Amino acid sequence: MTKAMTPPVSAPTPPGKQKFQFARYQDLALVPVIILLLIIGAILSPIFLTPGNLIAVLTQQSELSLLVLGQAMILIVGKMDLSLESTVGLAPALAVALIIPSASGGLDVGLAAWLALPLCLLIGVVIGGLNGFLILKVGLSGFMVTLGMLTMLRGLQLAITEGKSLIDVPESFLYLGSTTWLGLPAAVWICVLCYAVGIFVLKYLRAGRSLYAIGGNSEAARAAGIRVDRVVWTVLIIGSVLAVVAGILMTGRLGSVAATQGEGMIFQVFAAAVIGGISLQGGKGTLFGALSGVLMLGLVEQILRLQGVSGFYIKASYGAVIILALIVTRFATGQKQE
Amino acid sequence: MTDFASVGGADNLAAAARGVTKRFGRTLALDDVGIEIRAGESHALVGRNGAGKSTLVSVLTGMQLPDAGEVSFFGEPAPSVADRAAWRRHVACVYQKSTVVPELSVAENLFINRQDLGGGMISWKKLRAEASSLLETYDVAVHPDSLVSTLTVEQRQLVEIARALSIGSRFVILDEPTAQLDGPAIERLFDRMRSLQDKGVTFLFISHHLQEVYEVCQTVTVYRDARHIVTAPVAEMSKPDLIEAMTGEAGGLNVPSGDDRPSSTDEVLAVSSLSGDHFSDVSLAATRGEVIGLAGSASSGKHEFAETIYGLRKPSAGTISVNGSAVRGGDVPAALKAGIGCVPRDRHHQGLVLDLSIAENATMSTAHAFVWPSAQRSAGSTAIASYDVKAAGPDQPVSDLSGGNQQKVVMARALAGDPSVLVLINPTAGVDVKSKESLLGVVDAQARRGKAAIVVSDELDDLRVCDRVLVMFHGSVVREFSRGWRDQELIAAIEGMSSE
Repeated sequence: MTKAMTPPVSAPTPPGKQKFQFARYQDLALVPVIILLLIIGAILSPIFLTPGNLIAVLTQQSELSLLVLGQAMILIVGKMDLSLESTVGLAPALAVALIIPSASGGLDVGLAAWLALPLCLLIGVVIGGLNGFLILKVGLSGFMVTLGMLTMLRGLQLAITEGKSLIDVPESFLYLGSTTWLGLPAAVWICVLCYAVGIFVLKYLRAGRSLYAIGGNSEAARAAGIRVDRVVWTVLIIGSVLAVVAGILMTGRLGSVAATQGEGMIFQVFAAAVIGGISLQGGKGTLFGALSGVLMLGLVEQILRLQGVSGFYIKASYGAVIILALIVTRFATGQKQE
Repeated sequence: MTDFASVGGADNLAAAARGVTKRFGRTLALDDVGIEIRAGESHALVGRNGAGKSTLVSVLTGMQLPDAGEVSFFGEPAPSVADRAAWRRHVACVYQKSTVVPELSVAENLFINRQDLGGGMISWKKLRAEASSLLETYDVAVHPDSLVSTLTVEQRQLVEIARALSIGSRFVILDEPTAQLDGPAIERLFDRMRSLQDKGVTFLFISHHLQEVYEVCQTVTVYRDARHIVTAPVAEMSKPDLIEAMTGEAGGLNVPSGDDRPSSTDEVLAVSSLSGDHFSDVSLAATRGEVIGLAGSASSGKHEFAETIYGLRKPSAGTISVNGSAVRGGDVPAALKAGIGCVPRDRHHQGLVLDLSIAENATMSTAHAFVWPSAQRSAGSTAIASYDVKAAGPDQPVSDLSGGNQQKVVMARALAGDPSVLVLINPTAGVDVKSKESLLGVVDAQARRGKAAIVVSDELDDLRVCDRVLVMFHGSVVREFSRGWRDQELIAAIEGMSSE
């Protein structure tokens, strides 16, 4: 029986090929939209295309983009994490409170100031790890666990700070939030680096590809030898740590930890991810797509701001813009969003 | 077939399609085909994957409008595609995938979207009573209040058939109804088909198991490559003729028997006193080049046993070793590392990530830490070539492939790491004759290269490639057959009717 082992005689069929090539460039579907927004911005405002303005857009979006990066990976693996936005506030608040004296609103623990950064990141690991434990080991609903965590962490931050902003922020935070490297803010470099690593890992590393396998069919992934729980857990922890990094940058940029730091961001996070082509059902989408979703939202926001849309309306219009962006994306990519 | 065609189908054709053509993009799914199904008969529709069977089903059920041709029921032209209710009165289809809502009760599923029974407001009491009497009429032994999710596949199908008949349809399409049933359940389904047939119900029966066609159908229609090949009474069609019509090649199913395979005494796989979910104290040893069949009913524990060897389940006792070294139980990566490859039970559920490409699926178990797309693509191309996958290229998502070709991708993945032991669970489930030949050919060829294989299957064709067949019953091995077993003997052992 050598029949089965002979090379196939069937020539490749053109229709499949055609379909694939479209799929290959789906990643870039938002690029024309972004270019269009740049053109519209330039027409409406002379300062739009200046380096200063564009850097401002990137800086404003840097924190959001880190959250989107984390959430996109979590969505690809087939989970979601709503607690990212309160992690943005709690982690810096808790770390700062453990360092500063009670006179400045701290907890009087008096840890060394250099511990601020490692402590913050550790808090991220603990939050992500706890979410993972409850979802994977205890077997609770991911949506509900992270919704509970969202409320609990926010409440914890209010309790620790008694609802006040912490203004005695460590040097290391202020440095990261304000310095520029080679003419670009450090925050932008950090984002670029994180996305570059993320895009590389999800495309070229076996561990990264396993995210798609798990999100697409976790049973099949397990049967293929992928350690599903371990990967999901790691992704949840990475997501929380990225949220912490966003929190550090925000704290440094604003020079304080507000009691409401990060509040309301989760909506934009999901919007940017979905606009960027990440499926809420898991297994689909790319980090480059997610990044273009963030940039698209940022450009639209900046155009509105430069047009002098009143602050009262900007929030209302923001929701409308997101829905509009979803519609545009729906037709730009030709795909239904689940 | 001339005897009824001349009548014109005014009163004795339950359903007829004539000159139906349907295109999807550049693919011609049906090419000027027809089918005539006489009232009261069970009519088989067979063909390889991609022959156009499912497209015909969607045309006959009004889910797709053909580009040309017409469909009629009992001599009347079919209703317009928009009128779903009218279609449902003419024809019902029990698909392979269930069309019931798992978290609703049997009663509500039976009357789904007509729960008010025409009254405007739902009376749950009345609904339950109606459901009870409906279930009683068709002799379906399930409680109307049970959730459909708690039913067995067999019960679920019966509920779907009862629902179809209660809407008024007297023509039922069964799309591979036996694929997920075990032997006795298939027999019960056939008994029911026969008794409903006596009451005037007409069936269109689709199956990959030709034996079933002979058992339950009177007429058979064969499609091949989107064309109608032949329609004939089953009694006048021998099995080789039928296979020839399906494949276009003479000679019937060409499964390698492998009785000339060289044997060896080098033990590759040793399983000793393994116990786990639904089986206990099973021992087994396989040598290089040996293919062992594992048969048994769905409750025999054979699937669980095989899944435990591959690490999908944790053993409660016993050891597994490959080439002399023990394999950690319940750990798939450890099993892969030790040299065990597996085709899991259900390719949709466990075998494939449908949205990902052929290349990615084929290399999922064996990829190195770095995945170079070019290397992956070439590994995908190799898999396509070695396992005879009909595909446009390695980048094509596996969701585009037919069942047989999907299964070849699963097989390619199982073999990708060049394992010394292969565990194949239902390796040819739901694939056509040609793919079956090709897949079993791969098993034979791999055994000749010195691999040991365990084939877990109910299909006699799959077991014929084996050097010996172990039969499991209620969690232990009860019989062993060496080459040359007789079908009846083996089936009796599987059903637990062994004389010993």
